[in-house]
Amino acid sequence: MSRAQHTARAAVGEPGAVRLVLILLALGWLALVILLPLFAVFAQAFARGWSTYRDTIAQPDTLAAIRLTLIVAAIAVPVNTVFGIVMAWTIAKHDFRGKDFFVSLIDLPFSVSPVVAGLCFVLLFGRNGWFGSWLSAHDIQVVFAVPGIVLATLFVTFPFVARELIPLMTAQGRDEEEAALTLGANGWQTFWHVTLPNIRWGLLYGMLLTNARAMGEFGAVSVISGHIRGQTNTMPLQVEVLYNEYNFTGAFAVASLLAGLALVTLVVKTALEWRHREQLAGAGH
Amino acid sequence: MTISIENVSKTFDTQSALNGVSLAIEDGAFVALLGPSGSGKTTLLRIIAGLAAADGGRILFGGEDVTERPVQKRGIGFVFQQYALFRHMTVAQNIAFGLTVMKGKDKPDRAARDRRVQELLELVRLPGLEKRFPAQLSGGQRQRVALARALARNPSILLLDEPFGALDAKVRKELRIALREIHDRVGLTSIFVTHDREEAFALADKVAILNLGKIEQFAPPQEIESAPASDFVRDFVS
Amino acid sequence: MATAALLVPRRKRRSVIPGFGLTMGLTVVWLSFLVLIPLAAVFARSAGLGWGHFVDVGLSDRAMRAYRLSFGGSLAAAAINSVFGLLIAWVLVRYEFPGRRLMSAFVDLPFALPTAVAGIALTAIYADTGWVGRLLPFPVAYKPQGVVVAMVFIGLPFVVRTVEPVLADLGKGIEEAAATLGAGRLTTFWRVILPEIAPALLTGFALAFARAVGEYGSVIFIAGNVPYVSEIAPLLIVTQLEQFDYEGATAIATVMLAASFLMLFVINLIQGRERRRLGQEA
Ligand SMILES: Nc1ncnc2c1ncn2[C@@H]1O[C@H](COP(=O)(O)OP(=O)(O)O)[C@@H](O)[C@H]1O
Ligand SMILES: [Mg+2]
Repeated sequence: MSRAQHTARAAVGEPGAVRLVLILLALGWLALVILLPLFAVFAQAFARGWSTYRDTIAQPDTLAAIRLTLIVAAIAVPVNTVFGIVMAWTIAKHDFRGKDFFVSLIDLPFSVSPVVAGLCFVLLFGRNGWFGSWLSAHDIQVVFAVPGIVLATLFVTFPFVARELIPLMTAQGRDEEEAALTLGANGWQTFWHVTLPNIRWGLLYGMLLTNARAMGEFGAVSVISGHIRGQTNTMPLQVEVLYNEYNFTGAFAVASLLAGLALVTLVVKTALEWRHREQLAGAGH
Repeated sequence: MTISIENVSKTFDTQSALNGVSLAIEDGAFVALLGPSGSGKTTLLRIIAGLAAADGGRILFGGEDVTERPVQKRGIGFVFQQYALFRHMTVAQNIAFGLTVMKGKDKPDRAARDRRVQELLELVRLPGLEKRFPAQLSGGQRQRVALARALARNPSILLLDEPFGALDAKVRKELRIALREIHDRVGLTSIFVTHDREEAFALADKVAILNLGKIEQFAPPQEIESAPASDFVRDFVS
Repeated sequence: MATAALLVPRRKRRSVIPGFGLTMGLTVVWLSFLVLIPLAAVFARSAGLGWGHFVDVGLSDRAMRAYRLSFGGSLAAAAINSVFGLLIAWVLVRYEFPGRRLMSAFVDLPFALPTAVAGIALTAIYADTGWVGRLLPFPVAYKPQGVVVAMVFIGLPFVVRTVEPVLADLGKGIEEAAATLGAGRLTTFWRVILPEIAPALLTGFALAFARAVGEYGSVIFIAGNVPYVSEIAPLLIVTQLEQFDYEGATAIATVMLAASFLMLFVINLIQGRERRRLGQEA
C-alpha cells in the first residue's frame, strides 16, 4: 500500500526542481510577510539594549495598561467560555428549526469591523446614546471606562469558543449523553462527567484563541476607551499612544510583550493540534 | 416486568416511522424485534426506553403508565448499537457510572461500587480488564462492557439495539449464548433489535416482525415459520 | 424580531438531552444583549437621519474615497493572498521538507498577533529607511499601497486554512486519472485541480476580503491617513467620532455593516453550494 502510494506520488508529482522552487517561493513569501514583521518587533524593542527595554516596561502607564489588559481578559475569557459552551450545547445536542441561521448569528461578530463594534456600544451607552441619560443619572460610566472596554472585548471574542465547540460536539454525536441518561444521570451530571471530558481540548483551544484576541483587540477598544492614560489604555492602545509620541522604543517594547503572547499562543495551539487533533474541530480562525 | 406497548405512533417531519404499534410482552420474556433496515425498530426501542417521545400511544411497565416518565426514572438498561462507552473512562468507571451518579442515601459507597463492578465483570466474563480504556478493547469486549454497564443498577428491563451488529460471526455466536444466559440468570425482561432472521429465531422466545412501522406478526419462532401471518413475513423469514 | 419564530422548539422534541430551554434562553438573551441590540442600534440611529441626510454624510465625497480605498485595497490584497495562499497550502499539503510543521504554525501568526503590533512593525519595515522600504524603488508606507501591505498580512491565513483541507482531501486519484489520460502537469493543474479547489479558494478570497475591509489596527499606522488619499473607511468612522460627529460615523458604519452582511451572505452561498455539490447536505 505505502509503496504503491509512493510510486504513484513520483509518477504524478512535479519534477524535483519545480518542487524546490515552489517550496522556496512559499518559504520566501512567508518570511517576508510574516516572519520579518515579527522579527522587526523584537529588533526594535531591544534596539537600545536590555536596560532601556526594562525601564520602558516599568513605566507606571505601561504597567497600568498591562494590568487593565489582564483584567479585561480575566473577565472576557471566562464569560465567553461559559456562554460558548451554553450555545454549543443548544446547537449541537438539540434539534430546532432555523439552526443554520442561528449559527450565522453567532458568527456575526467575526464579520463586523471592530471599529463598528466599538461604535455600537458608544451609540448605546454614550452621552447621546439610548441609555446615556439613564446611565449618567445613575452616575455609571460605560463609555470611556472599563465596562465599555469589557463589552467591546466580549463582542469581538463572542464566537471563538462556540465556533470551536459546535462542529466538535456535533461530530461526537449524542450517544454517550444518551447512555448517561439511561444510566440515571441528570443533565448536569451528563454534561460534567461525559460531555466536558470529551471536549476539553477543543474547549482549551477555543479559550486560547479568545484570550489572544481579548488581549490584543485594538479597533473596538480604541473607539470606546477614550484613551485616558493610566486608566483606560490597554496594552495595544498603549502601543499606539507611545508610537504617536515618537517613543518608538517604548511602543515596540510593549508590542514585544504582545508578540511574545502571540508566540506562546501559537506554540500551545500547535501543541494541541499535534497531540489532540482528533479532539479538535480543526484549525479555527 | 411486563411491557405493554399500546398503539404507539411516530412521525419524523413528514415520514412516518411507526404506525400504531401494539405489543404485550410477558414478564421474563426474551423478545426479538426483527425487520428490514428502516422498518422502525430503533425508533420503537428508543420510545420504550424514553430516549424518544411517541406522538401518540402509551407505554406501560408492569401495568404502570410510563409514557411521560423521563428515561432516568424508567429503570431500564440500554445497550447502544455502537456501544456508546464513555471513551475517557476506564472499564471500571464505565460500569460504575450508573452507581456514581446516584444521589443521597441510595448511592453505594466506594467499596460497594467496586464489589458490584467485580460482580458484573465476572458475569460478562471479563475479569481483570477494569483498568483498560474502551479504545484498548476488542469489539466483543466492548459489547460485554456495555452490557455490564447497563446492568449495574439492576434494571428489570434490558433493551439492546443491534447488539451483535458490528461483530464477526464467531464472536457473535459466543455473545449470543452469553446474553441468553445472563438474561435467564438475572431474571430480566429483554427486547433486542436485529435485522438477522437466524439470530432472532435462535435466541428469542418470541419474535415481533416489523415492516414499514407496523407489526406484521408477534409469535414464537416455530409459529412464525409454520404459520406466517402475511406474504411479507413469509418472504422475510424464508 | 424574526427570532421569536425560531425560539419555539419543535412541539415533538427529538432530543431527550436536558437543558434545551435553559441553554436556548441564555443563548438568546446573551446574543441579543451583546450582538443583536448593539448592531440594531447602528441601523436605528441611521434610520433616524432621514434618507437625504444619510446620503449626504454616508456617501459624501470623502466617504466615497474611503470606501474605494477600503474595498479596492481589500480586493488587491485578497487577490495577492489567493495566489500565495494557494502556493503555501499546496507546499504544506503536497511536499515533505524540513521545517514544514514550523512553517504551518507560523501561517497562523496574523490570527494571534495583535493588529496594532503588526501595524507598527510593518510601518517600520516599509518606511523609506526600513529594511524593505529602502530596497524598493517606490514608496510604500504612508501611501495607499501601504494599506494593501497590511491587508495582505492579516488575510493570508484565511486563504491557506480554507484551501488546505480541500487540497488534502482531494488526494491524488483524479490527478493520476488525468495523467493516465495523457494530460501534462500544467494541464492537470488548470483543468483538474483548480476547478476542484476553486470553491474553497473563492471562500478563502471572500474571507480575506471581508476581514480586510473592516481592518483597522494594522492599517492605520502604515496608511498615512491623508483624507481623500490614504484614509480607510473604519478610520473615517473613528475620526468623525473624535469630532463628535455621531451622524457621520453612524452613516458610514451602516454602509460598512451592509457590506459585511452582503459578504457574509455570499460566503454562506458559496459554502452551501459547495456542501451540496459534495453531497454533505445535512
Ligand atoms: N432522527 C430522525 N429523523 C428523521 N427520520 C428518522 C430519524 N430516525 C429515524 N428516522 C426514520 O424513521 C424510519 C425508521 O428508522 P429506524 O427506527 O432507525 O429503523 P431501523 O432501526 O429499523 O433500521 C426510517 O425511515 C428512518 O429514516
Ligand atoms: Mg436501527
